[in-house]
Parts: sequence; structure tokens; C-alpha cells
Amino acid sequence: MNAQAITRTSPLATWVGVGIVAGVVVAIILLLEASGSAFWQGIFITLGMFIILAVSLNLASGFTGVFSLGHIGFMALGAYIAAILTLPVENKEELLNLPGWLATIHLDFTVGTFPLGFLTATLIAGLIASLLAVVVGAVLMRLSGHFVAVATLGFLVIVRVVLINADDFTRGARTFSNVTPYTDLWWVYGWAAVTLYTIWRIKFSAYGRAMFAQREDVAAARSVGIVIMRSRLFAFVVSAFFTAVAGSLWGHFITSFSPNAFYFDLTFRVITMLVVGGMGSVSGSVVGPVLITALAEALRRLEDYNQLYGISGISLALLFLIIIIFRPNGLMGSREFDVEWLGQRVLRALSFGRRREGEKPERFPAGE
Amino acid sequence: MNFGVYWAQQFLNGLSVGSQYALMAVGLAMVFGILRLINFAHGDVMMVAAYIGAFSLAAQVPLPLALLLVLLGTVLTGLLMERAAYRPLRRAPAVAVLLSSFAVGQILQNGTLLLSRLINQPVQMAFPTPDILQGAVLFNTFFGDLRLSRINLVSLIAGPILLVLLIIFIRRTTLGLSMRATAEDLQAAQLMGIDTNRVIMWAFVIGSLLAAVAGVLYASQAGQIKPDMGFTPVLKAFIAAVIGGFGSIPGAMIGGYVLGFLEVLLTALPGYGDLIRGSASPEVVTFLQTYLPTTLSRYRDAFVFVALIVLLLVRPGGILGTVDKE
Repeated sequence: MNAQAITRTSPLATWVGVGIVAGVVVAIILLLEASGSAFWQGIFITLGMFIILAVSLNLASGFTGVFSLGHIGFMALGAYIAAILTLPVENKEELLNLPGWLATIHLDFTVGTFPLGFLTATLIAGLIASLLAVVVGAVLMRLSGHFVAVATLGFLVIVRVVLINADDFTRGARTFSNVTPYTDLWWVYGWAAVTLYTIWRIKFSAYGRAMFAQREDVAAARSVGIVIMRSRLFAFVVSAFFTAVAGSLWGHFITSFSPNAFYFDLTFRVITMLVVGGMGSVSGSVVGPVLITALAEALRRLEDYNQLYGISGISLALLFLIIIIFRPNGLMGSREFDVEWLGQRVLRALSFGRRREGEKPERFPAGE
Repeated sequence: MNFGVYWAQQFLNGLSVGSQYALMAVGLAMVFGILRLINFAHGDVMMVAAYIGAFSLAAQVPLPLALLLVLLGTVLTGLLMERAAYRPLRRAPAVAVLLSSFAVGQILQNGTLLLSRLINQPVQMAFPTPDILQGAVLFNTFFGDLRLSRINLVSLIAGPILLVLLIIFIRRTTLGLSMRATAEDLQAAQLMGIDTNRVIMWAFVIGSLLAAVAGVLYASQAGQIKPDMGFTPVLKAFIAAVIGGFGSIPGAMIGGYVLGFLEVLLTALPGYGDLIRGSASPEVVTFLQTYLPTTLSRYRDAFVFVALIVLLLVRPGGILGTVDKE
């Protein structure tokens, strides 16, 4: 269950490994853009969004063991806040009833063709969500076990009630529309890369180890000087930031949404991805979304074909049950995909590696 | 508007809403008391009950037989989910079982969707409320005329009766005794020769029966049923159970009524200023209109959940319960 020690003996191999993975992703994006298929681009944008959501939830829940069912609430806030900020002023007048200072804001400035306004709006949305997470987390992280799960579910309900009733800002239960479609594959996978890198670094930092330690044993972690509250809150806040970012990205992709989109179905979908991938594994939170998105998409087509709606929901929930019963740590557990190993294999194949066959691989530190 | 009639009416409303919550909360508390499992699929069992009722009534099955079918179907559902999804997880961490109950809920919801598709029925349908549950009764009381819908009347009467029966069952029968023993300490009960699996099955049977009654009442009241109709009630039932101290059955009943009254109060108080305009001093009216505007009642659910979170922090053991030491 413990995070395995990472011993970076060959930074070159790591960078080569990361480079290969990044190269493959870039190649896929280029291919998708060249194909011009809106359908497949849409699927990959959704996948990227789910990766951000799953990795973020992993940080908050998988690393710390404090299960949050309220994260989609942060996503909803991210989507609404960013969308309000980037909405053209005339649409604001037409659709919303904002206070004066907000009604004139339209973050559409660009640098060259780069929509810096969108980036700013996303960052603001993320920051507001994190600020809220500080307050909410300071209260909720005191709870544990299933009580925290239900209290965070309460947070989700509260966010929904507020979104539905704050008509002036959100149009209430009606659809919030006319959002500029800024989000493309580059945006989503760029943010996914930032999220993955940040959370990867957190996992193998002292903060991350503190999280895993208190997940395994609160008393023991406390006895070695870990402040449980600080560790949990840190995870919760960072996680809320990226979740809100995913919300902004999704809002600017789908361009019209209502509070119903951010409720329990989405929550359960992300949790399924997290549990299937493995709580505690950053790469698991990539594997989970890829697997579940592929499966859900295939099943959805089957459903559309024979009109038997419900099949996909049942199958995914069954898969979830099977995983949780027979493989409770998910497919990856807390393990990670070893990019360094990949890099070394490639380097060796290119004969940059200095070792001969049969020699002890150098990624194991001396004495182990 | 007469002050007395208004509040007497609200009191009756609170009592009947509370009875429904109490029925649901007790079902949750039974299972939680024994397994430490928050069975989120409880709301979906209610939904299953409502659908069985709706389908059989739509197929012209006579009412008593339809109710029997509802009870049988829900008990079967409850037993099935216990066997398939919860028993394999007896030793798993609490969160895993909680998540598995979400999966069960999804299966039940999507199963209903699929089934209604297969038998060519609309998924979202009007609940064919039986005639005896339709309409309202007028009471001539000391305060004036009070109006109570028949559904509320039935919940108001059936709720307490069922709950008292349940308490008698738990206090006076051998099975009830083994249930209390299992709730106290599952392993110790096992060592004393109690077949804990059987006890757990009975807990699910009783929980499902209560869910069936609550489900039919809830559906009759809402007038419409859909596969995800169980979500909000189960959350409310959970709050009720937490108020009463999770796992305590009398606590869950009291919690149900407390929540019922709280909700009615949150709907009755905002807007009260408009109601008493003319009959009370203008200062009071203005005060109420400013601080408790009608629009506030739309945030009722948000307030209820804030109250839940505060309660979990301040008194995690609830009003009656004791803190669960881990």
C-alpha cells in the first residue's frame, strides 16, 4: 500500500521516458486535429477532463483516505465562475442579472492568438474554488471515515441548491449558454500535464508521504510529527483548484450547461475511474479514465443501437463492484507507471546505456 | 390569517413529514447499527418499491395484492444486494462498502430504466395513487379548520405504529435480542453462537419493508416516479439518522421528526412576514420580511445540510447516540 520509494539515478532516462509519453500524446492530438473529426476530438477532450478530475480526486481522497464525494461541487463552481468571466458583455446583459462591477468584465484579451483571458478566467475560478476549499476543508477534514463522505456529499447538495437559486448569476436551473468555445485538445492536455506533474511531485514529496502515512495510521503519523489537519487540508485545497480548472475547461468546451450536469452521476463516474485505476496511483488515475471512457463509449453505442438504455450504467456499476470486491486497491494500487524504466529501455535500445546485459540495473540503489 | 390555525397546520405537516423521514431513517439505522454501513441504496429500494407498485397498479392488479407484491419485491431486492454486494465486503474498510452501496444504487436505477424499456413502459411516469390515498381530510379543531392530505394522514398514523412494532420486536423477541447483540459487537455475538449472517439478513428484510412503505407513501405524495427519485430522500433519512445518533433506532425516529419539523419551519418561517402583514406591528413585519424573505425557503435543503455538517462536528454522536470509538 505504501508509496514506493522513487530513486532517481538516471535523470536522463526519466526525461527520455517523459519525452516519449509526451510525444505520443502530442502525436495523437495532431492526428485528431488533422482528422477534423469533432466526435473523436470531443471524446478525447472529455477524457482529458476526466483525467484531471480523477487525478485531483486521487490527491484529495486516494492519498489521504478522506473520501470526498463533493468534488464535483468545485467543478461546478469552476465552470460557472470562469464562464461568467469570459461571457461577452452583451450576453451578460441578456442572460444574467449581475451586479455592476461584474457585468462589465469580459476576459477576452489575447496575446497574439493565445486567449490569455480564458487562462486568467480559469485561474481565477481555480483560486476561488481553492479559497472556498480552505474554508470547507478546515471544517470537513476534521471528520473521518464515512462521515466525511456524507458531509462532502452535503457540500455537493449545497452547491447545487445555491446554483439553482442564484438566478442572477447562474440563470438558475435553466441552461447557462453562449459560453465561448475556447477549450481544445491543447488546452485540456496542457492542463492535464500540469495537474499530473504537480500531483506527481506532491506524491513523492514530504507532503505526499505525510498524506500516505496518515492514511495508513493516524496515530502513528501523529506520533512522528505529522499535522493531520494540515496534510489533509493541503491535499483538499490543491485538489479543489484543479477540479475547478477541469470545470472551466469543460464549460468552455460544452458551451452550455445547467446545474444538473454537476451532480451525482458525474461524481460516481469519477469515483469509478479513481477506484478502478487505484487510489494512490497517479498513473492509475490515467488508466482508470482511459479504460472507463472507452468502455462507456462502446456501451453507449451499443445502447443507442438496440435502445436498451441502462445497460451501460449497469455494466459500469458491476465493474465497479467487481473491482472493489476482488481488487480493492484498483488496477494499479499505489504503484506508478515507471517512465524511467521506459526511458532506459529506449536508451539501451539506442545503445546510449553503458551497461551490458545481465548487469544489475542501476535504478536500484546500492544496499537494497 | 389566524395565528393558531397557521401553526397548528404547520405542526401537523411537520408531524407527517417527520413520520416519513422516521420510517426511512430507521431503515438506514438498522443496517448501520449492525454493519456500520451507510446503505445509500436504501433510497433506491424505495424507488424499486414505487415502481413495483406503479407497474402492478397500472396492470390492474387489485390494491392488496399490489401491496403484497411491493413488499415481496423490495425484500427480495434487499436480500439480493446484501448477498451480492455487502457480504463479500464484510472485512473491507467502511468507505469501500459505502462506495459499493453507490454502485448497488446505480445498478438498481439503471435496472429499472432497462426493465421499463423492456416491458414498454415510460421511465418517468405518474404514480397511480390508489383512491384511498387521494384527497384530503378536514379537521374541525379548537384552532379552526385544519386540512390534511390522506397520504399525510396515513404516514402520520402508519409511521408511529410501525416504529412502535419495530421497537417491541427488537426489545422482546429472541431475534431482536440477537440483533442488539450483533450491533453491540459482531464478533462477540458470533462467538456466542449467533448466526450473524442471518441477523444481518433480517436487518435488511426489515429495512427493505420500511423502505417499501416509505417508498409508496413518498411516490403517492410526489405523484411522479423516476429512477433517481431515491437520492434526496435517502440523504434526508441519513441526516435524520445522524441527528438521532447513527445506529440508534429510537434516535433515528426522533431524528426523523426533528428533521420534519425543521424543514416545515424553514418553509413556514420565511414569508411569515407577508402573512401577518396588517395583523402585527409594522416593525415586526418589516423585520421578518427583511431577514426571512420568502425566497429563503428555496435554500431549505442547503440549510438542512449546513445543519448536518455542524451537527457532525459538534455532536458526532447525535442527540441520543454515543460516539463510535474506532
